[in-house]
Formats: sequence, C-alpha cells, structure tokens
Amino acid sequence: MLKKFLKCVREYKKPTYLTLIFITTEVVIEAIIPFITARLVNGIQSGIEMSTILKTGAILFVMALSSLACGGIAGMTSANAAAGFAKNVRHDVFEKIQKFSFYNIDKFSTSSLVTRLTTDITNVQTAYMMLIRIAVRAPLMLIFSIVMAYIMGGALAGTFVFVIPFLVFGLLIIAKYAMPAFRRVFKKYDKLNESIEENVRAMRVVKGFAREDFEKKKFNAAAEDIRNDFTRAERIVALNNPIMQFCIYFNMIFVMAVGSYIIIGHKSGINVGELSSMLTYGFQILIQLMMLSMIYVMLTMSAEAMKRIVEVLDEEPTVTDPENPIAEVKDGSVTFKNVSFKYSHRAKEYALCNIDFDIPSGATVGILGGTGSGKTALVSLIPRLYDVEEGEVLVGGENVKNYKKHDLREAVAMVLQKNLLFSGTIAENLRWGNENATDEELAAACKMACADEFINSFPDGYNTYIEQGGTNVSGGQKQRLCIARALLKRPKILILDDSTSAVDTKTDAKIRESFKKYIPDTTKIVIAQRVSSVMESDIIIILDGGAVVGMGKHDELLKTNEIYKEMYTQQTNGGEQDA
Amino acid sequence: MPKTPPKKDIRKLDMGSLGRVIKLLFKYYPVMMPVVIVCIVLSAAVSSIPAIFQQRIIALITKHLGSAEYLAGDYAAAWNNAKGEIFKVIIILGALYIISIILITLYTQLMAYITQGYLSKLRIEMFGGMQNLPIKYFDQNKHGDIMSYYTNDIDTLRQLISQSLPHLVQSFIIVMTVFFIMIYYSVWMTLLILLGVVFMFYVSKKMGGGSAKFFIRQQASIAKTEGFAQEMMNGQKVIKVFCHEDKVQEEFDKVNNELYEDSRRAHAYANGLGPIIINIGNVLYVLAALIGGLLIVLKAPNLSLSGMAFNISILVPFLNMTKQFTGNINQVSQQLNSIIMALAGSKRIFELIDQKPEEDSGKVTLVNAIIDEDGNITESKTHTGKWAWKHPHGDGTLTYTELKGDVQMVDVDFSYVEGKQVLYDVSVYANPGQKVAFVGATGAGKTTITNLINRFYDIEDGKIRYDGININKIKKADLRRSLGLVLQETNLFTGTVMENIRYGNLDATDEECIEAARMVGAHGFISHLPDGYNTMLSNNGSNFSQGQRQLLSIARAAVANPPVMIMDEATSSIDTRTESIVQRGMDKLMEGRTVFVIAHRLSTVMNSDVIMVLEKGRIIERGNHEQLIEKKGTYYQLYTGAFELE
Repeated sequence: MLKKFLKCVREYKKPTYLTLIFITTEVVIEAIIPFITARLVNGIQSGIEMSTILKTGAILFVMALSSLACGGIAGMTSANAAAGFAKNVRHDVFEKIQKFSFYNIDKFSTSSLVTRLTTDITNVQTAYMMLIRIAVRAPLMLIFSIVMAYIMGGALAGTFVFVIPFLVFGLLIIAKYAMPAFRRVFKKYDKLNESIEENVRAMRVVKGFAREDFEKKKFNAAAEDIRNDFTRAERIVALNNPIMQFCIYFNMIFVMAVGSYIIIGHKSGINVGELSSMLTYGFQILIQLMMLSMIYVMLTMSAEAMKRIVEVLDEEPTVTDPENPIAEVKDGSVTFKNVSFKYSHRAKEYALCNIDFDIPSGATVGILGGTGSGKTALVSLIPRLYDVEEGEVLVGGENVKNYKKHDLREAVAMVLQKNLLFSGTIAENLRWGNENATDEELAAACKMACADEFINSFPDGYNTYIEQGGTNVSGGQKQRLCIARALLKRPKILILDDSTSAVDTKTDAKIRESFKKYIPDTTKIVIAQRVSSVMESDIIIILDGGAVVGMGKHDELLKTNEIYKEMYTQQTNGGEQDA
Repeated sequence: MPKTPPKKDIRKLDMGSLGRVIKLLFKYYPVMMPVVIVCIVLSAAVSSIPAIFQQRIIALITKHLGSAEYLAGDYAAAWNNAKGEIFKVIIILGALYIISIILITLYTQLMAYITQGYLSKLRIEMFGGMQNLPIKYFDQNKHGDIMSYYTNDIDTLRQLISQSLPHLVQSFIIVMTVFFIMIYYSVWMTLLILLGVVFMFYVSKKMGGGSAKFFIRQQASIAKTEGFAQEMMNGQKVIKVFCHEDKVQEEFDKVNNELYEDSRRAHAYANGLGPIIINIGNVLYVLAALIGGLLIVLKAPNLSLSGMAFNISILVPFLNMTKQFTGNINQVSQQLNSIIMALAGSKRIFELIDQKPEEDSGKVTLVNAIIDEDGNITESKTHTGKWAWKHPHGDGTLTYTELKGDVQMVDVDFSYVEGKQVLYDVSVYANPGQKVAFVGATGAGKTTITNLINRFYDIEDGKIRYDGININKIKKADLRRSLGLVLQETNLFTGTVMENIRYGNLDATDEECIEAARMVGAHGFISHLPDGYNTMLSNNGSNFSQGQRQLLSIARAAVANPPVMIMDEATSSIDTRTESIVQRGMDKLMEGRTVFVIAHRLSTVMNSDVIMVLEKGRIIERGNHEQLIEKKGTYYQLYTGAFELE
C-alpha cells in the first residue's frame, strides 16, 4: 500500500529529501546546544576568562540561528513536499476515475469518490508532513539526547532505563485501547450525522406529520449514546497526560537525588552544569516519545483514508482498448449476436438474455418495455459502456471490442437517461459534442432538437449560464439541450435513452421529424415510455425481463404482441397524455 | 458611500461568541468546571515551582562541596552530612508532585467527560431548536450548509474545549508563576527574558496572521476542488459518452494546482512558527547563560525580591525557566489556529441556536370525540375513530366542532419574499370528500397553496378556514396531523419498513400498519422482501425502487388516516407502468377524503371534482374535466398536447 503512495511523490522527492537533511541538521544542533551550555555554566562556576565566555556564547548564538534557519527551511520544504505529494495523489486518483468503465463507476458512489478526492487526501497530506518532519525528528532527537545524556551524565542517564520503557508501555496500552474505541465512535458519529441529514432533507415530512418531538427524542438517544462512547474513548486518551507528567517528575527527582549523591559523594563525578543539562535532556527525550506516540496514532488513523484511496487506485478499468484497433466505424449498422449481459459478474440474474437482432445503418429503432426490462442495458452495450457476458455486439460490421473506445464513442452518440449539463454557458455545454463547432453549427443542432426557440428567448441566448446540474432550465429544456449536444457529434448512431420524457408530445414529434429530414443516414435508437414516440419506427423492439419478446413494425406488433397492444390502448384510449 | 461598520465591532462580536461558549460551559457544569479550573491552576503552579527546589539543591550541593569533609577527600562523610538536607527538599518536591499528578489525572478525566457532555448538550440543543424552525429556514438554506453546523463547526469546539482552553489556562498560570519566581531571583534577568517574549509574541502575531490568511484561502480552494469533483463525479457517465476524459482532467489539474499553492503557503507559515519560536527560545537561553555568566563573573549587583546575590545556584534554574517559558508560549501559539477556527465555528453554531422558532399561537386542538345521534360531541380519552376540534374561548367555555375536512381559502395573497408576490386572490373551496386538483407550470404557485394550508408558510392577506375555524387559531401540530402529505420526493427514514409506515401514526399496531399497506397495494412487494416488514431501509430507501418508495410513503399517510390529503406530484418521477400500480394505491387512499392533488400528468387529475389551472399565481380556469375541455382554454391545449408545461 505504501509503495503505491511513494510513487506519487515524484517531483517532490527533492523537497522531501531537503526536509530530511535540514531536520537532521536542526536536530544535531539542537542536541549539542545544551552540551555546550553545560560547559559554559561550568566554566562560569570555575571562573574562566571573559574571552572564553564570550567566544562560547558567540558559538551558541550562531548555532541557535542556524537551527532556526534549518527549522524554517524545513518547514517550507516539508509544506511544499506534502502539498505537492497530495496534489499528485489527487491527480492520480482523478486520472484513474477517468479511466473507469461504467462498471467501475457503478461500484463507487459519487459522494464516496468526492470524499476520497478531498478529505481523505487532505488527511494523507497531513500524515505525510508529520512523517517527514516529526517522524525523522523525534527518533533522531531521542537517540541524540540519550547518547548525550550518557556522555555527560553517565550513571544519571540510568533514569531513562526506567522511564522510557514505562512511558512506551503506557502509551502503547493507551493507543491499543483508544484506537478501536475511536474508530467505533467515528463510525457512530458518521451515522448520527447521516441521520441529521436525513432529518433535514425530510423536514417537510417531519413537520407534515408533526413529528418534531419524536425526532428530538430519537436524536437525543443517539446523541447520548455517542456521548458515552466518546467519553470513554477520550478518557483513555486523557490518561497519557498524567503518565507523561509522572515520567517528567520522576526524571526530575531521580536526577536531583542521584545527581547530588554523585557530585558530593564522589571525587570526579559530574558537576552542576551537567546536572542542569541532564534535566534538559530528560525533558527532551520524554517530549520526543510523546511525539512518536502521537504520530503512531495519526498514522493509524490516516491508514483508513489511505486504504480508501488505494481502493480507487487499485481498481482495474474493465473496458480496455484492443492492441490492434480498427481505425474507423464504417457505418451505423448494429448487430446483436446471442448477447447475454449482467451488470456484475457476481450478479445472479442476467439483465439481458440471448438477444439477437440486426439493425441496418440509417434505420430508426424504437425500444419499449417496463422498468427493469433491460432497455438501458441493451443500448449501453452499443458504445461499449459495458462489456457483454456472452455473445457479441457488432457496430459497422465489427465487434465493438475491436475499436478504440474513443473512436467507437465518437461514432455512437448516446443521450443518457440520467443526463445532465455542466456549469458553464449553453454554448460551452453544446461544444462538449464538438469542440470546434461554429456558432452556426450550434444553432443548426439546436434547431433540430427544437431548442433554438427557448435559447433565443433567454436574454443572453447561447451565453446563458447553466448552473451546476442545470437547475435553472426546466426538465424538457435540459433534455433538448442534451439532444443538441449529442447531435453536434455528427454520430453514425444516435441513441436516446428516454430523452424526451419531459418534452410535450408535439415537440417530441417535431424532433422526430427533423431527425428524419436532416440525419437520414444516422441510425437512431430511441427508448421511450410513450408509444407515440416510437410508433413510426422502422423497427420496434419490445423488451420484457431482459429478453426480446416482440420485434417488428407498429401494425405487426399491434396484432401479435400483447404487451405492445396493452400499452398502446392504455395510452391512447385512456387519454394518457403527458401535460 | 455606504457606511461599513468599524472592524473593531466585528472582532468584539467574535470574542463574544467565545465568551458565550465559556459561559455555557459553566452553566452546564456549575460544579465540575470550577473544580477543573482549581485543579489546572494548582497543578500548573506545582509544575512551575521545581525551579525553586533546583536552586535549593544546587545551593546545598555548592555548600557541601565546600565542606571540610569533601575538601579532605572523605566523600562518604560529606554525603552523609548532606544527605539529610537534600532528601528533605526532595521529599517535599516528591509530595508536591504526587499531589500534582492526582490533580492532573482528575482534571483531564473531568475534561474528557465535560467536553463530550458539552458537545452532546449543544448538539441536542441545536437539533431541538432546528426542529422548531419554520420550513422557510430549510427552503432558504442549503442542506450542506446546515449539515456543516453539526460536523465542521462542532468539531472546532471539541478541539477548543478539550485542548485549547486547558492549555491556555495552564500556560497562563505557568508563565505567571515562573515570572514571579524569576523576579524573586533577579529582575535584570527577568527583563532580558521578557524582551525575548515580547519579540516572540510579535513574530507569532505576524506569522499567525499570514498562516490564518492562507488557511482561509486553502479552505476556499478545498471547497472549490470539492465542488468541481462533485460535479464531475456526478457527470462521470456523460464524460465517458462524450470522450471528454482528457479535457476534464486538464481542468481538474488547474483547480488542483491552485489548491496545492494555497496549501503549501498555509503550511509553510504554520510549520515555520514552531521552529522560530523554539529557536528564539534557544537564543534567549544562550543569552541568559551568557549574561548570567557575565553577571557572576563581573559580580554585578543583583536586583531581586529575595535580595539574593546572583550566583550559579540561581543561573541554573533560570536557564530551565527560560525553556519552560518559551515552551509554554510555543504551546499557546500552536493553539492559535484552533482558537480562530473555534471562534468562527461557535459563531455559526449560535446563529443556528438563535434562529427564531416557528411561532404558534393556536389554541384549538384536535381530540378524540364521541358523537351521539343528535350530533352532540363529547371528548374521549381513548381512540374512537372520530375526531373533533376543541375550541377554548376567552370566557373559559369550550366548544367542539367535528373534524370533517372542509377547507376554504378566500382571496389569499402571498409572497415568499417581500415585493415578489406569488399568489393573487386565490380562492379555493373544498367540501368534505371532494378532490381538488391544481395544474400549472413550475412556479405557478401550486405547491405554495398547499404550503399555506398546512401553515408551512403564513398567508399575507385573505382567509383560510378549516371546518369553519381560522387555521391561525389551530395549534400547528394538530392542524398538520389532520392533513396527510404525499410528496414527489419520498423521504423515508433509516429503520424498518414497519417503522416507516408507523411514522404516520405512532400508536398504530403492527396489524394496522399492515392493513394500511394492504389497502394501498404495498403489501405485495413488502411480503416478498427477504425480511418482510422488518426489512431495513437505509440511505433514504435507496435499496427500493422509486415506485416502492412512493407506495411506502402512501402507506405512511394511510395509517395516519387524516380527513384531508395533499398529494404533491406524487407520481411524477415514476414511469407510466409503475404509475398505474401507485395510482391504484392513491385512489384507495383518496376515497372519502378531501384531497388536494398537484400533478404534471393530466391523467392523474382528470377525475377530480374541481380542477384549477394556475398561471403566475392566479387561478385562470376552474371547473371539472368536461367543463374545461368545453371551454377550449389552456387546459384544453394541455390536454391535446398543443401546449407544454415547464
């Protein structure tokens, strides 16, 4: 897992190494400062010359300044390295998602992908910075301080033999109990927030049923539950403060007691200056241990975030390009040869079963069927949004797997059922279909999709800004813009997946007419709820439960197919008109 | 030129919210908080006095190093003489330390308890307050923004209460005690250290300001990246279909780069602050050693509270005190960011808590009733299947009116925002059992009318009467209980199918819930679920189809058994085949009730008793289907498909 992340460091190796070098230097200097100070103090006590004092002072001053410089530079380089590292991870994750097939996309929810791109990566960034700053600094400082303590204090350093294992043991125990407790709490916490979100979203229902007090009671119970768990977890962690203090105090007393014994009770033991430095070192050592334990907790916490990011990076895109692709899609013919399909290999039920049909280039095809009958699955196989389980799908006489995805999808335009526009002007949105389209081409496509009228009625026309998700245009307008966008691709095959459901019947008919008139050579495949939308098609395919149960022209089907007949009579006689 | 309020006021306001956080802390924990503070103060004081003991010990050591025994080389005897005095000091110190550790354990444990308790209480207060806010609030604020009160803002307080506040108190006490000990020993040296500290404050203010600025920018960049990612992840399938992957990646990299720049700067400042303060501390340490040394060597006169001469036994603890001093200032400076964030967070939280709740001056309540043959109504404590409005009058008398479901709107005007009127002179008369439909384009005011009937919003002019009672006089909860609601957006709750149906009537038995489900035609699919009525719904019922969710919400309304139903676009996001199933359920539910229907599909409203065609807040046509067709107006055009509703 770590290896995957280290790959993302790339051009930020340099600041990373610089950070390590500067921090090491800083640590060395910082470790020596008390050593030299001790000599200064002793010198003063034993009455050395003025010039020596000044000289030592100057050295110390320079050392502090260099330590400051190193620390400052390391602060900057580490910030750069970590932010850059995060940038690269973010880039890689986003890039990977762009390579995803529909199958991969279905596996992750939108919000979870967004969290991975933002919060999770921010956590990893913090962890990385901690790692290169403190994870280097703390152990180095620890080692230096222990070594120096032994050099200076000799027997006095014996205090650490007791204190360090005690502290390490204490902190480990705390971490061991606290971490799972926190993990549990955070999970509950997420759940609590989810339920708040649910409540906010459903406020009309809550108020409509006058359930405010019921909701409050429910929430209070959940909040109390979390509070108990949270308190337990926090109390475990709170123990590290007294443990730490105990070690510091123990160190103080030990150094004072044993120190004075050594000084007075022996001839050439340590001296007063060294005694003072021992206290400094002791303090430093304990602080470093504390830091290490903090990093340990931080890293394990960010391990969850790392795991989630790696999940994306490790996901294998399922639809891949062939090695020797065929350059061009010849025409708009579509053939299904005994095709079976399911959305996931592990799924028990097939979404499509043994589908066989031939659509000649330029034909108009209507597809009807209830929810879950496999209409969308069927058309998704044509631009190879998914791969078939069995059989083969041919476009322009070639298996879709023999084309490059890019080339195939350039030739097959699909207006998705769950379609959307992006924030930007109408013109920008339309140019998704063709970057280089001229204004005239945009207008022509919009005319075909019956979108020109309403666009021209906007004060800003084609420069009207579409809000995120296209919330400032109506459903019917959005659908027509999406159709125009697809038309701009000048596709050989045009697929409309229930794309005129919010458009009135008259406009719907007008769009169909203009297709006939302006793009006669394009194969048009239309999924619809309304029989009237597909009645005049060259071929109508009726799907039920993932199988083709009827295929033919309107008149034939009316005679032979029960489902078609039922839909037709229900929608025409019953006056089933959409407003 | 517009007057901008002076900046000072804003800052004061911010500090005010911090003050309120602390005030609440004492209000919630009037005993524990003072205990905690006493503990912190005492333990901080104890941890700052070792300097005195150090000085004592070193003085003792120096004294005994000059003793006759030591000079004679009899070290054991020297130690034996010194031992008593030295151990006395150490034992006192040890005792103090033990007290300190007990105090520390006590207050850290208490703080863990208090922090979580406080957050929990605050959360409950926020949520409770939120339940009482008018619908207007939820319409005007993005759900994401409301959520962030409970996530981001509360989290800033957690850091503040559990870490920053105790640190601040502790550091303040330590700095003060150390300061007095320093003056006790030497004023000159203290002045030197104070000078350094002032410099430190100056630097942290400068650096802290810079880091705060870039942190805010980083926050904005993150939001931007999040927004972009959100939009692209949502449109991922469209991107694929249009082969736009490279283009999108390019744009993402642009946003990503901005975030990198801001994040790098923000952290560079923040990372720099620590080493700079620590090293200013180091320089101060060296200066103290140097100048102290000079003072000793030059035997300069000392100025101090204790009147002691300056010597080595003072210098050594002084050096340690310098470390302690700067270490504490560093700690405070590390808390700066978290304090600034908590200020912003608490301000927002109090904004939510201070929101004005929905007003309700209604006195008329809904009660179970027994109605005898003559039509006399008496109140009943138990469920009778009949309801009545209980109307208390000013003179203390009570009258009862049977709940029938008669709703009259007369000349109602309304606007959501002042000056932008959305309803003009709307009059609707719905007799008990009638089905009234509203047809019109988005924004014509259909939903607004229903919002007024259940008083999600209050009318500006005109009258609404329910069974002859002005709805302003009816208690809101009771008014709403008498109105069933089925919306286009089916909002279900985490829980079992049974719990979701029972939401309509908390007293309903399992049998009653199942009966309701059976009535609306939901029983079939529910009994096919693996766990039947005990199947868990999660994530707003995303494991159910749209049609199934709608059936559940209809069953929920059915179990409430209200005399009046409001159906707002209940079937518009369902495909036509599924709709026929849901429609059957709705028809069942509508039987014998007053119903308000809003629909896009005319098929849903055709059989209504009255159809109102709304345009720009006005009723332009009214009548039943046949009458409206005959009129050959807007409705006729809609019906024939010549006209489109957007």
